[in-house]
Amino acid sequence: MWDFFWRRLTGLIVVMALVATLVFFLTRLAPGDPAALMLGDQASAADIAALRAVYGLDQPLLVQFGLWLKEILKGNLGQSIFLQRPVTQALLERAEPTFFLALFSVLIAALIGIPAGIVSAVWRGRLVDQIVSALAMLSANIPSFWLGLLFIQFFAVKWHLFPVAGYGDPGAPLLERLRHLVLPATVLGLVNSALITRFTRASMLDILSEDFIRTARSKGLAEGVVVWRHAFGNALIPVITVVGLTAALLVGGAIVTETVFGLPGIGNLVVSAVLRRDYPVIQGALIVVAAIYVLINLAVDLIYAWVDPRVRAQ
Amino acid sequence: MTVLHAQMALFLKRLFRRRLVLLAALILSVLVISALLAHWVAPFDPSVMKLVRRLKPPSDVNWLGTDEFGRDILSRIIFGARASLGIGFLVVIFSMGIGTVLGLLAGYIKTLDAPIMRLADAMMALPDILLAIFLMAVLGPSAGNVVLALSIVYAPRVVRVVRASTLVVSALPFVEAARALGVSTFRILRVHILLNIASPILVQATFIFAYAVLAEAGLSFLGAGVPPEVPTWGTMIAAGQQYADDAFWVVLFPGLAIVMAALSLQLIGDGLRDMLDPKLRKAL
Repeated sequence: MWDFFWRRLTGLIVVMALVATLVFFLTRLAPGDPAALMLGDQASAADIAALRAVYGLDQPLLVQFGLWLKEILKGNLGQSIFLQRPVTQALLERAEPTFFLALFSVLIAALIGIPAGIVSAVWRGRLVDQIVSALAMLSANIPSFWLGLLFIQFFAVKWHLFPVAGYGDPGAPLLERLRHLVLPATVLGLVNSALITRFTRASMLDILSEDFIRTARSKGLAEGVVVWRHAFGNALIPVITVVGLTAALLVGGAIVTETVFGLPGIGNLVVSAVLRRDYPVIQGALIVVAAIYVLINLAVDLIYAWVDPRVRAQ
Repeated sequence: MTVLHAQMALFLKRLFRRRLVLLAALILSVLVISALLAHWVAPFDPSVMKLVRRLKPPSDVNWLGTDEFGRDILSRIIFGARASLGIGFLVVIFSMGIGTVLGLLAGYIKTLDAPIMRLADAMMALPDILLAIFLMAVLGPSAGNVVLALSIVYAPRVVRVVRASTLVVSALPFVEAARALGVSTFRILRVHILLNIASPILVQATFIFAYAVLAEAGLSFLGAGVPPEVPTWGTMIAAGQQYADDAFWVVLFPGLAIVMAALSLQLIGDGLRDMLDPKLRKAL
């Protein structure tokens, strides 16, 4: 198990180092000098040169990369050009809506996807299976921002059930803030439930064709017990994996949804940073999101290896 | 030639035996043909503004209503199909091109495997839409850059599929035989391997087409895609968003176009995969 863990961890470090390299050098391909961007249009050439020196922008690119990497390892993601504060602080301030949005979306996606997958596997080929598969296919191909606009129209504007947008006043109680997340989390959960449905269905079909299921049935066990205890218990492992992956994907998928619903989360921060070319914020957000993604993946792998000894040997 | 034709006909007959796939192919053909013949098919000029007729609901004149400048929405959707499907198609071509070459190299040449795959892993650690808007921030907004950015985003998926298939095929005896005969690596890759892994690549291409149509719309909606004056399904929704409360058709119909295009592509991809993957075919 430890051996497996270390192998995965080194793989993760390599991937993160590559992400950092990609992010750094791609940003440097962008037109415009960061120092000139920071000082605005009125700055003189001398001012720009002075600021370049302060930020080490006059150094060779590789030296700059080394310095930047050193700061990141210390947890310093740099200074936002427009927000007058460190990137880490800006990200932390925006973390709450994104965190809850991702959490609730995963829960909704799992609550839709797992039962739907089980039902369509148990009644494979029947009408209910076809309906579930069709709905899963449909939901995977609906643009989340468009579904969001539809939801706002009906549930907020027409029927006044939920707030149209935003995250409540800064001082509002947590419950009030969470009420603002019902619509966006439902949209994101629906759109992301398709993958979980398909995986659960496939995994259940695999297990249901195993010999021990036939044995369980021939023992005279009730079909409910066979499906629930014998089949679902064993199908759960791949399902955990796909739920984990969905969680990791949602961190990014939240970007568009946050914009539609005007949620002041990390996605919203990234979009405004892109439109303003606030590169330190973009870089920082990319690195943090990638880190969350690989860490969730690592956690999923570890759970998998812990539950299923065959995985460790690979 | 006739043998090839007969094979092709048999292939399509089997693919379209599933009525849903046939329906998807028909919908997609209608979208593609109307995009290609937009000048003849569209009832109105998509950019002519008639302010007296702004935000009119669907009627027998403007079947899908008019937008905030009184432009005909149906005509804009038809012209928008050019950009949306055109960008999607080009993304397929480029991501397939880059991904296939790198995937073949990673799968066949051992020393290149680790570097290429770790790079693909790193790129896939960034969510698609996040990587895409980052690239758009670096490249600047234009239709060409949307193609470039999305091709880079989807290439790693192709690399993974092509590498996995290459590993399987290159372990087969006929590849070893070719190597023993002294056939050059380039020729082995091109003739012996590429032709034998064409089906997973084709399946992947339809999926990427669907993803690219959705992603282009998302980017344009965020303002990080095609410039707003170019009609695409995404820019139409983005522009119509603020009028949605009074004139809902402004965002409804372009969105339906996106869903129809992405869904048909996905269904065709599924149909192809079920048919071309012998393991699945047996299971079904």
